[in-house]
Amino acid sequence: MCRTGPSPDPPEGGETTSTDAAFTALLEDSADELYESAPCGYLSTLMDGTIAKINTTLLTWLGRSREEVVGRMRFTDLLTVGGKIYHDTHFAPLLSMQGSVSGIALDIKKAEGGRLPVLLSSVTKNDSTGRPQLIRTTVFDASDRRAYERELLRERQVAEAARTQAEEDRERLQEALAVLQQSLLPAALPPVPGMEAASHYHTASPDRLGGDFYDLFPLDGKRWAFFLGDVCGKGPQAAAVTSLTRYTLRAAALHDPDPVAALTTLNTVLHERYAAGDPRYCTAIFGVLEQAGDTVKVELASGGHPPALVMRQDGSAEYLPTPGGLLVGILPSAPFTATTTELAAGDTLLLYTDGLTEARIGEERELFGDVALRDFAADLTHTAPHEVIEAMTGLLNSFGDGLDDDTALLALGVPTDRPDTGSDSPT
Amino acid sequence: MDIVSRNNVTVTGPQDAPVLLLAHGFGCDQNMWRLVAPALAENYRVIQFDYVGSGRSDLSAWDATRYATLDGYAQDVVEICEALDLREVSFVGHSVSSMVGVLAAAATPDRITSLIMIGPSPCYVDSPGYRGGFSAEDIDELLESLDSNYLGWSATMAPVIMGNPDRPELGEELTNSFCATDPAIARVFARATFLSDSRDDLKTVNVPTLVLECSQDVIAPREVGAYVHDVIPGSRLVTLDATGHCPQLSAPEATLAALTEFIGNQS
Repeated sequence: MCRTGPSPDPPEGGETTSTDAAFTALLEDSADELYESAPCGYLSTLMDGTIAKINTTLLTWLGRSREEVVGRMRFTDLLTVGGKIYHDTHFAPLLSMQGSVSGIALDIKKAEGGRLPVLLSSVTKNDSTGRPQLIRTTVFDASDRRAYERELLRERQVAEAARTQAEEDRERLQEALAVLQQSLLPAALPPVPGMEAASHYHTASPDRLGGDFYDLFPLDGKRWAFFLGDVCGKGPQAAAVTSLTRYTLRAAALHDPDPVAALTTLNTVLHERYAAGDPRYCTAIFGVLEQAGDTVKVELASGGHPPALVMRQDGSAEYLPTPGGLLVGILPSAPFTATTTELAAGDTLLLYTDGLTEARIGEERELFGDVALRDFAADLTHTAPHEVIEAMTGLLNSFGDGLDDDTALLALGVPTDRPDTGSDSPT
Repeated sequence: MDIVSRNNVTVTGPQDAPVLLLAHGFGCDQNMWRLVAPALAENYRVIQFDYVGSGRSDLSAWDATRYATLDGYAQDVVEICEALDLREVSFVGHSVSSMVGVLAAAATPDRITSLIMIGPSPCYVDSPGYRGGFSAEDIDELLESLDSNYLGWSATMAPVIMGNPDRPELGEELTNSFCATDPAIARVFARATFLSDSRDDLKTVNVPTLVLECSQDVIAPREVGAYVHDVIPGSRLVTLDATGHCPQLSAPEATLAALTEFIGNQS
């Protein structure tokens, strides 16, 4: 601890004596001493991997003597077999290309068996001509760190498995929802002799079951029934009401196709089913089509549903008022309003749900409304039902996020024999 | 799909010179050829590329099923040959790409007319009567090493690694990026490589073949080199005095000499 002999710079006071002692201790920590017993392993290898120099720390970790290792073992001999592959496919090429590699995690094998997780960093040392001469490597004991990383890795694997599972569940759920949703609507409209029919269903969100519905089906050889409506609410409960409504109306119509009778049956069923609590109701228009010479006679009744719109061959578009009809299912007995009309060649009847008229437009987010719908429809006279639906679909899309409800559209029309006469174009 | 950008294909050398298609192996990317490619490009049309999933390939084109077997990688090679309409190709495959070359040559016999295999092994795992040098447990160890080494790859850096033509300097700042691979992709490539058995495919080789091996190679020991040489009739075996699995990096001059001598004898 104390130096003997004359000091080149003799201390002048007691305080500097202790400082000097600490400084002296540092001086005795020579570079060689640091190399041998540093808190990390040092290793120098020839370019073929032969170990040329190794420090005591690393020898202690390996449990080997210097004589066993130096000149006798290659660096890769210290690695596990999997580690050797990793070394030869990643570590060595990177070292060649970059002249250095840092922070590679590998395991080294101890002499008595067992492994030590380490972090390796290497640099190549070039000779005076610039050719790689040897590789210097530092080896850090990474036992604790690797245990921690393994923990993180395991957590990530668990999280990934959970995510995969969640994605699969979600996909399955969406498939189930899509199948359910399809059971609420006809897959395709049946062809009706002497008429053309087209429909569109706009889903506000793919995850949510909508409550709008429509259908078109034959009653007997001459007559066809149609309906379109809107169940209050959304989601599975609303979908259950929609399903009940659709199949009740279909069955009721086969029993008694009178529109008021069909809606009355539906009212009784819904009221009875949901009277015990959680009242569920809907609005609906139900109608019957019957060919009468060149025209088609339409008888329909409404239970609280927005009026149907008729687009005439003569260029007019008018609502078919059905005032006074009550929501279906809310009271034990309810009045429904019936009306009739005739569709001639070129006339189209449009049924819709209030998603269309209650869409918000413009910066003021005003209601689109009945008047705007009629004006829009007036421009569509002389067009076939599928063109009306196409135009209406375009209108729905133009609402963007102003349309936040499901919307069902059903157009029924009598085709003209001369689709493009152009004699009286719409104004 | 644009195959050239998908596989980050680079072309150097005289237009009418004989074609060399350089295919990197498992681990890094086409930078593996950096010490030999410039010299080769003096006399050959040198085509380099990254397999989909490696280097600066288009990661969005990667598919876990396609790249789960060597056929998927061979399909990359075939598609590159077709996209560039390469003819009379000498295919230079490093490591597992030697076997990819065998599959690609069988698929396009009219395009690939000779094979140069650097450190080939048709099967890494030992089986009765065959010594590949590894057990199934060894391969599991390798997969573990892959999991604990991200090598500079991270999801946020992926777009940079994939190629960023507007800011090429970004890529240069990354350390270890030559071997940076999405760990999930590296895993699939590792399994495709080390669990493959192409011994039957070797028998289909009917083009001139050079087997280039290192005297000390853990991954492709000399026993395996001899096996490949034996199975391919008329093949030439050259053993380089080199250690490791990448003589094109550790002994570039000797590798160049062996390559050019072999190709020279073909024409």
